[in-house]
Amino acid sequence: MMDALSLVRDFVSIAFMAVGIVFVLAGAIGVVRLPDFYTRMHAAGVTDTLGAEMIVFGLMIQAGFTLLSAKLLLVGFILFLTSPTATHAVANAAHRAGLNPLLSRHQPPHPGDDPEGGAKP
Amino acid sequence: MIYGVSLSLVLALLWWVLSGYDKTILLSFGAISVIITMVLVFRMRILDRETAPFYRLHTLVPYYIWLGGEIAKSNVAVLKAALKPEIDITPRLVRVPVQAETDLSRCVFANSITLTPGTVTIEIEDDAFLVHALDSAFTSPDGFAEMNQNASRATDGVPS
Repeated sequence: MMDALSLVRDFVSIAFMAVGIVFVLAGAIGVVRLPDFYTRMHAAGVTDTLGAEMIVFGLMIQAGFTLLSAKLLLVGFILFLTSPTATHAVANAAHRAGLNPLLSRHQPPHPGDDPEGGAKP
Repeated sequence: MIYGVSLSLVLALLWWVLSGYDKTILLSFGAISVIITMVLVFRMRILDRETAPFYRLHTLVPYYIWLGGEIAKSNVAVLKAALKPEIDITPRLVRVPVQAETDLSRCVFANSITLTPGTVTIEIEDDAFLVHALDSAFTSPDGFAEMNQNASRATDGVPS
């Protein structure tokens, strides 16, 4: 009985952490692919909201109703409060420094479509 | 007074959760540090509804749960935009009008915009925020108005 319960708990927490890792990885890929500073910041936002919170939640399920779980809840809560503040500070600094955002439609050509502009051998 | 009591209770709880001690002598050290903190807070005269917003928990907690749902939705949208094989985005800089009675409500609204992926508050003005959005799909005025209404209801208790 205990074994089955802990197996279920393992599965649920592994599922949460796996989804979190997918979000963190996708955020990293977005940072590389998107065109300018402000748009890259949005991709980084995926990492520190749902990515981090999912991993913390998965760890909480793993810890169960213990003091460790309460500490993880605090970590998640403080992350929830501080990450927008940090993002706003960075964005505001870039705006004050005069960095103009790209505001036109961004649609880069596919490398396979035109041999001149794309990947050169 | 209610702020002082609630802040000392939260500080004591925080101390206990972070330390996990149950010996009397160690707990009394915790009590002493809470008392020292409260003396400092009273001397600095910073004790108001912004430093101890705990009596608002019954509206703030449902607000943050609602915000969590919004964050999950826009996370998926940003993910799709960033991982599409051919990126097709139209970044936008929009001015969002703000209706807020207090600074706390403005702060919660601005942080909610930033916390939602795809939109970041980059400048605070008197009656508006300058918001950068990843795609024109994220700049619907209705969405911002709804978030503003929910934020001011959660912090001030009055829908503005």
